[in-house]
Amino acid sequence: MPDHQIIAGFLPLLDSAILVAAREKGFAEGEGVDLSLVRETSWANIRDRMAVGHFHAAQMLAPMPIASNLGLTPLAVPLAAPMVLGLGGNAITVSNALWARMAEAGATPDLDPASTGKALKSIIAERASTGEARLRFAVVHPHSGHNYELRYWLAACGIDPDEDVEILIAPPPLLPDAMSNGRIDGFCVGEPWNTVAVRAGSGRIATVKARIWRSSPEKVLALHADWMGENEAATHALLRALYRAAAWCGASWNHQELAEILAREDYLGVSPQAIMPALGGQLGLGGGEIAEVRDFFVPFASAATFPWKSHALWFYSQMVRWGQCSFSKDHLETVESSFRPDIYRAALGPIGAAIPAADSKVEGARIHAGAIETDAGKLQVLADGFFDGETFDPGAIEDYLARP
Amino acid sequence: MVDASLKILVIDENRIRASIIETGLREAGHDQVFVLSELQGIARRISEIAPDVIVIDLENPGRDMLEDMFQLSRSVRRPIAMFVDQSDKSAIEAAIDAGVSAYVIDGLKQERVKPILDMAVMRFNAFSRLERDLQDARNELQERKVVERAKGILMKTRGLGEDEAYALLRKTAMNQNKKIGEIARSLVTAADLLGDAS
Repeated sequence: MPDHQIIAGFLPLLDSAILVAAREKGFAEGEGVDLSLVRETSWANIRDRMAVGHFHAAQMLAPMPIASNLGLTPLAVPLAAPMVLGLGGNAITVSNALWARMAEAGATPDLDPASTGKALKSIIAERASTGEARLRFAVVHPHSGHNYELRYWLAACGIDPDEDVEILIAPPPLLPDAMSNGRIDGFCVGEPWNTVAVRAGSGRIATVKARIWRSSPEKVLALHADWMGENEAATHALLRALYRAAAWCGASWNHQELAEILAREDYLGVSPQAIMPALGGQLGLGGGEIAEVRDFFVPFASAATFPWKSHALWFYSQMVRWGQCSFSKDHLETVESSFRPDIYRAALGPIGAAIPAADSKVEGARIHAGAIETDAGKLQVLADGFFDGETFDPGAIEDYLARP
Repeated sequence: MVDASLKILVIDENRIRASIIETGLREAGHDQVFVLSELQGIARRISEIAPDVIVIDLENPGRDMLEDMFQLSRSVRRPIAMFVDQSDKSAIEAAIDAGVSAYVIDGLKQERVKPILDMAVMRFNAFSRLERDLQDARNELQERKVVERAKGILMKTRGLGEDEAYALLRKTAMNQNKKIGEIARSLVTAADLLGDAS
């Protein structure tokens, strides 16, 4: 008889992997958690069903709990993110036609954000001078890593995301088709949807999240803050189960089995071949090109599941940057407390997890992979930071926002 | 009191359910009801229709896209808010349980919209019941066919009469604490495997 019944909502995306593995590989059961997973069709549904208590927990876009706590969304309820469900996992895919022009302008299939962005900028200038329509890009949600990564990439390459291109919201399963039909020219989305588009021959992967902002969080485990407050034992058991599941997902010898589980009709409902490239970091870019991106999706290594408060603050900085809300010092406390490293430590410290001692870090300070000290010994971490060399100091967010 | 001046847009990929909602709204006296069942080109259609109330099914993968459109007011003249946001908790739950959500023009009084949402919730629930009933009926029909085949196999292989064959199936089901359909299915499968496709 399990001690805790937990119902969690998820979307059919690669980074539901940790939740799925926790259920399917017995990690939840091992912690006395009867974990039911409910597949949803939109982030709005996830949000609504969390709000009315259908779900105790859910996979969410990392900025969603922050937006909810700031009251930027309908049905805003207090949410907490005590765990990250992996780093990376997204890519920017462009149509074959756009890639052909980018390649003429010097883009090479090496996923380098700076050179692909430079090529894109020259195409945009060319189109503007000949009176062609603005390029249209799609992302899945306004409060998403996808939206902020795409905008960061464009802006850092001298392209104004609001003036020079059009960015619209569309659901992932519709994107490959929309691109084949010429309704959009590119999109930034999580896997497996880039690989699905590439396999269908409708697009080329231009760059990836893991190159734009290295070691960056994508989805989080979100809990209703009130529920979490009243159910400490269940919360800790769930985090332990997910932590062990993340370790399992991170081991390369489990990738084939993980891909087969995720491929099932009740999870992602795509072929395992569409899932394996992201897990193994061997991305098919289209046109027969393959790139090795070892840190493309990191579910466990490098403290991947640790909820850094500095990550929450960076997402907030982007909400302000792109006009989703205005800056207020009063917001900072709300933003920081949306991510809960304290809960992470309380749940996982006792099982000997190697956990960073700090809650925040300067993004971009770690140029090379290395080791950090923790109470449980050395922890190997990957390099972090942004492709344009800018750093983000969470203690100086106002200065960061004041930059041109 | 029905507010016939309201323009209501129903977005539902399930055309049958959409038409059930539409009929309900028309019967209630609303004559400006529009139905969209495809996401393609929806921004333009919404801007042409300029609805006061939008009813949408929760299975619709386009919800995030639509919410973004409403917030930006790019394709609508006035900002649209999620109706349940300004409503009581039980109404929210009833809507989400039924699988429907509604958005309304900001500033529209709740009492003008509440009957529309109530109607949508009622009809969504009725549609789910209908679907369940239909599925049950299909299963029942399927079961009856399988039992007929199982009877035929027993009549042929054991030389039984029709009533005896049925009685044997029934007795076996009772002894094994199973449904007669399950026993019949096992028998048919076994017969197929053994090559006795009677």
